[in-house]
Order: sequence, then structure tokens, then C-alpha cells
Amino acid sequence: MTMAYNPIQIYKLMAKARALEERLIKMSKSDDGFFWIGGPGEEAFNVPLGLLIKKGEGLAFDFLHFHYRNSATLIAMGVPMIDPIRQMHCRATDPYSKGRNFVGHFAIKEWNVMGVTSPIEVQYSMAPGTAWAQKRYGGDGITVVTGGDAGSAEGDFATCLSWSNIKNRELPILIIVTNNRYGISTPFESVHGDSIIARRAEAFGIQWDVVDGNDPKASYEKLQFAMGIVREERRPFCLEAQISRLHGHSSSSGANREQSERDCLIEFEKVLVNANQMSKQEAEEIRKTYEGEALDALKQARTEPLPESSTIYEGVFK
Amino acid sequence: MANIAQAIRLALHLGETKLGVKDIFGEDVGPPLGGVFTCTQGLANAWNSPLDERGIVGMAIGLAMAGQRPVAEIQFCDYIFNTIDLLKLAGNTCWSTAGQINLPLVLMTPVGAGIHGSIYHSHSFESIATHIPGWKIILVSNPRDAYGLLVSAIKDPNPVLFMYPKALIRVQTEDQIPGLTKDPRELSKMIDAPPLDNRSSWKPSWPDLPDFEIPIGKAKVCTEGKDVTVISYGRPLPWCIEVAKELSKENYSIEVIDLRTLYPLDDETIRTSVNKTGRVIVVNEDTEVTNFGEHIIRKILEMCFYSLQAPPKLLAGANTPGIGLAVPLEEAQVPQKIDILNATLSMLKEKA
Ligand SMILES: Cc1ncc(C[n+]2csc(CCOP(=O)(O)OP(=O)(O)O)c2C)c(N)n1
Repeated sequence: MTMAYNPIQIYKLMAKARALEERLIKMSKSDDGFFWIGGPGEEAFNVPLGLLIKKGEGLAFDFLHFHYRNSATLIAMGVPMIDPIRQMHCRATDPYSKGRNFVGHFAIKEWNVMGVTSPIEVQYSMAPGTAWAQKRYGGDGITVVTGGDAGSAEGDFATCLSWSNIKNRELPILIIVTNNRYGISTPFESVHGDSIIARRAEAFGIQWDVVDGNDPKASYEKLQFAMGIVREERRPFCLEAQISRLHGHSSSSGANREQSERDCLIEFEKVLVNANQMSKQEAEEIRKTYEGEALDALKQARTEPLPESSTIYEGVFK
Repeated sequence: MANIAQAIRLALHLGETKLGVKDIFGEDVGPPLGGVFTCTQGLANAWNSPLDERGIVGMAIGLAMAGQRPVAEIQFCDYIFNTIDLLKLAGNTCWSTAGQINLPLVLMTPVGAGIHGSIYHSHSFESIATHIPGWKIILVSNPRDAYGLLVSAIKDPNPVLFMYPKALIRVQTEDQIPGLTKDPRELSKMIDAPPLDNRSSWKPSWPDLPDFEIPIGKAKVCTEGKDVTVISYGRPLPWCIEVAKELSKENYSIEVIDLRTLYPLDDETIRTSVNKTGRVIVVNEDTEVTNFGEHIIRKILEMCFYSLQAPPKLLAGANTPGIGLAVPLEEAQVPQKIDILNATLSMLKEKA
């Protein structure tokens, strides 16, 4: 949490998360899975987020209400590559949902990763609940909620803002919007009257800011600053990150590489090579290693069983 | 002797003092009002939420995720409809996370007609609620069940919807909470708040409360009989008992079952009764198309087909978009006591 910015570590994790997503996309285009949705292009923001999270179970640690584009955050937190691959492959060994849910729908109780859900924006209505419990508990655990730009039109986003900063009930919650400027096919400007989403927080007396989410250093620093306020002062902060959507919305829109979008991994590699912090060869080796790891994970996942039909009623109730 | 509002208050007080309930919240739930039906007066952990039903359900889910035991209220079930998406989510969280994340939360809401509530204070919700898997669904008809089932709901590690009929909130019945004073005036003095303008320094004086619970999923046989089974719950239930008592004077023997819990349904009590009587009427106030009573009748057809002596009957609300304010409208739209009596009489006369 109080770690210093470590560019090589961040590069490696970004490369790892990218290799995972590229493998998942290949799986969805072949017979190794069904629907794909994920976060290639968001690594420069999502990896720093993962590194800065206070990871653990219970009120003393951060509660995480993510959406389906946070794979790089979870890779940075230490998720092994094979687990999302198991979920993509609907294997019984998928630790998040045992073959029930789409890929990217993480749920990890030991790390307070609340289940990622498909309905857009609902996590913004639930997040104040964990934050309220943390406020009462004390300590420095916070709640983090993430979602896209289009979803911010849902009432849940306004719910989150209005419940987060009530007098004497200010909540330790970091409200993040990752803005890729699209909801599936609809450009943001074509359906919104406002231009900066985070500025809406101002009307609720909530501090806000915007960051270039393609820049890992800027993201790291801004996140560290915002989280510091939320952690120490126990009050909300709204942060908008402008990020890229490198493979379109999902497999249903083809998941092909978008050439017009900025690629944070290529950009960051250039920065590190130009600053002599890493050679081109080293970067290539890092990427190759993770591509290999993802492929090995897939080979392993293929050998694992599908869930038994007889398990359908398990876990309806505790 | 408590009424339903007081019974709820008492169970919540047990919850906040003995069962770890730190949040009892919703619109006007905290001081000064203590709930539009007074169900949360005097509770130490009751607080007012913003007027935002999705926010209320979301807050309850989040608190439950953080291991708290929240009790949230939707002021009238007529205003629960914009939360159905979140109710689905609460119901599927445990299953979707492969059993990792369970949600120990209670959502309370008053339901039904009978208070001249017109289009938006008369809805029933059980037919929709029971269509959302992952919830336990309760609808009570008396103070004893309200107390005992709310205590069970608070202890349950899953989402529980606790519904109570607005029209019966003030009714005192013989079904009482064990160990409580028999004198309603004494109880009222202890726990009912004085008028609002005179309330600022008021504190309730709580009686000793029994850790008494009624298990979720158990129906109650209210009157035993062998000629007809009448299955009901909530507001029409006391009328069903009155009808059974009146008909017993004419030597008919009517078995009235109060389901109390709608999910999980007590199949066994229904099966035993209908196999005995061979004749069954299901009574509720919800609109009759895709009505929860149809589900009960489907179960009966599967479980008791060869014992039936007459076609099962559903007596339910008219399939209209709302309930009218004028008395002749409302009385024609939801079953009244006379309708229950007539339906029972014609069921008795139906040839085997
Ligand atoms: C409530 C709801 N409505 C519609 C959808 C279908 N849908 C899935 S993703 C999406 C667009 C979301 O865009 P945004 O919030 O900007 O997030 P992004 O996917 O761009 O990261 C839509 C409409 C949904 N999942 N949930």
C-alpha cells in the first residue's frame, strides 16, 4: 500500500494481464470457451490499482466491487493465470463460480472481491454498504467500486454519490469510472450532456479528479493520492480514468484489435526502453514468458472436468 | 398482548440487543417517526435512509457482504418494484459465487389491501417475490408469527423477505408471544411512542423478550377439519378462520392452513391435509394471473391428484392494473369474507 512506484514490476504485471486477455480472446474464437469480455487496454490503470489495494478478508481490508474489465487488477493482486482460464472454460475447478458465470466475473471471498455481476452499475448501489460497515469498524480498510462510462447514466451511480457523503456518514469509498468513451457501440457524447463524469461528484461535495489511465505512473500517483484521502480521512473520492478499449466491447462485437486506440503496453515499453530501464529484448522475453504461461494454463484447464449436472442446486442457500 | 407492529418492534429489539443487528433502516424508519406503521419506534439502531429504494436494497446487500446483519424496510411493497433487479442479485449472489458469499439480510415490507390505499398502497407482492430464487419468503397474519418468524429471519444466513399485511397491523389476536404481558395497555405504555410533538425525550421501556422463534418453512394448521382445506396467508387468513368457525356450527368441518412461509413451501402439511379432505381452496389477494396460488394448486395436483374429490379453487384478486379507492371497487377486486364463505359453501356442495 505504501510501496514506491516500481515501473518494472508494473510493466511485468501489465504484460501478464495482456497475455491472459489475448489467450482468453483466442479461446473464445475457438472451441475453448463461449463469451469473452475483459479489460485489454486498461492495464496501465488497473495494475496500479491492484498493487495499491489492501488485500485480505474482512472489515480491516479493502472491499472490492469490480466490473468485468478488472482482470489486470486481479493479476496484480496475485490471481494465478489459470483461474480465469478455468472460468473461461466453464470448468468445475473455476474457483469464482464453478463453471456458472462468464469469464472476468471474479469472486474471491478471502480478498473481499465481491462477485462481479453482469447487470451494469448495480455494484455502485451495493458498495456504500460495505463502506458503511468499514466506517463503523474503523481502521484503514476502504471500499473500491469500478465501472464504465455508459453505465454512469444508471440511477445506481447517483445512488452511490448521494449515499457516500451524507453528513456524519461520509464513507471511505473510492468511486472509480473507467471511461473508454463507449457503451458497446454508442459513443458517450451521443447520449450524454455532460463531458466529465467525475465532476458530478462535485454536486455532492465529493472531491474528484481525472487521470490519463494509459499512463501507469500518473495512474499510480493519482490512485495513491485518492486512496490516501479515502483511507486516512474516511471520506469519498471520485476518480475518472480515461482508458482504451483495445479489443472492442466483447466477443459479441468480434473482439478484434482496434488499431485506432492507444496501447498502454506499447507506450510504456517505449518509455522504459528510452529511459534505459529495460531493453527491447527484455521486454520481449517478459511477454513471451507470459504467453507461454497462459498456453500451459489452457492445456491444464482442458484436462479438468466440467461441473456435474447434479450440482445445480448447490449454494442456492448457505 | 401485542399487535403486529409491536411484535415486529419487539423482534427487532431482540435483534439489536442479542442477535447482532446494527442497522435497521429505510425511509422514515429512524427517529422521530419510527416507521409509517410504527414498526421501528424506539429502536436504538434504527436510522433514516435517503428516499431511494434501490439504494436501500443495495445498502442492505453491501452490509450483508461485510458480514453485518442488516434489516431494511421498503415503506410499502408498492414501491419495491424498481428494486427487483437488486432482489435478483441478492438472491443469486451465493449461487453465482459458488457458495462463497452469502447474504444474511432481512427486507421487510407491508403488503396488501384493506386500508383504502387505492392504486399504490394496496399491492400484493408474493407472486413476484416467490419468482426470485435465492430468497426465503415470509408473509405473516398474526403477532406471534410476526415475532417468531422475524427472529428466525434475522438469524438466517440468507436473504429473507418478511412481508406483513397493512390491514392487520393493529389487530390483537389470541396468537401471542409467549411470556409477554397480557395487558395491551401496559405494553402500549412501555413501547408505543407518544405523539410526535411530545417525543423528543421519550425512551421505550422494553419488556424481557423471549428468544422464541418459529422455523421458516413450517405452515400452521389453524383449525382442523375433514371436509375442505382452505389454504391462505396474510390478510385473508383471519377471515378464513372465522368462516371455518361459523360453518362448524352447521356441522361442517373446515381445515384452515396458514402457510406463513411461502418459500420454502411446507409441502408436507399441504399434502397431509388435502389427502384427508379431497377438497381445497387457496385464498390470497394477489392478482389471479400467474398467482402464487396457482403454484400451490400445481403442487397439489402432483401430490394429491387421486385423493381429490373436486377441482381445486383459487380465490384471488381481480386481474386489474390497480385497486380502486371507492369501497365497491376495492371489495370487488380483492376477496372478502363473504367470498371466502361462498367459495367454501360451493366447494362443500361440489359432487365428488
Ligand atoms: C443493466 C444492463 N443493461 C444493459 C446491459 C448490456 N450491456 C452490457 S455492457 C454494456 C455497455 C456498458 O458500457 P460502459 O458502462 O461504458 O462499460 P464498458 O463496457 O464500456 O467498460 C451494455 C449496454 C447490461 N449488462 N446491464
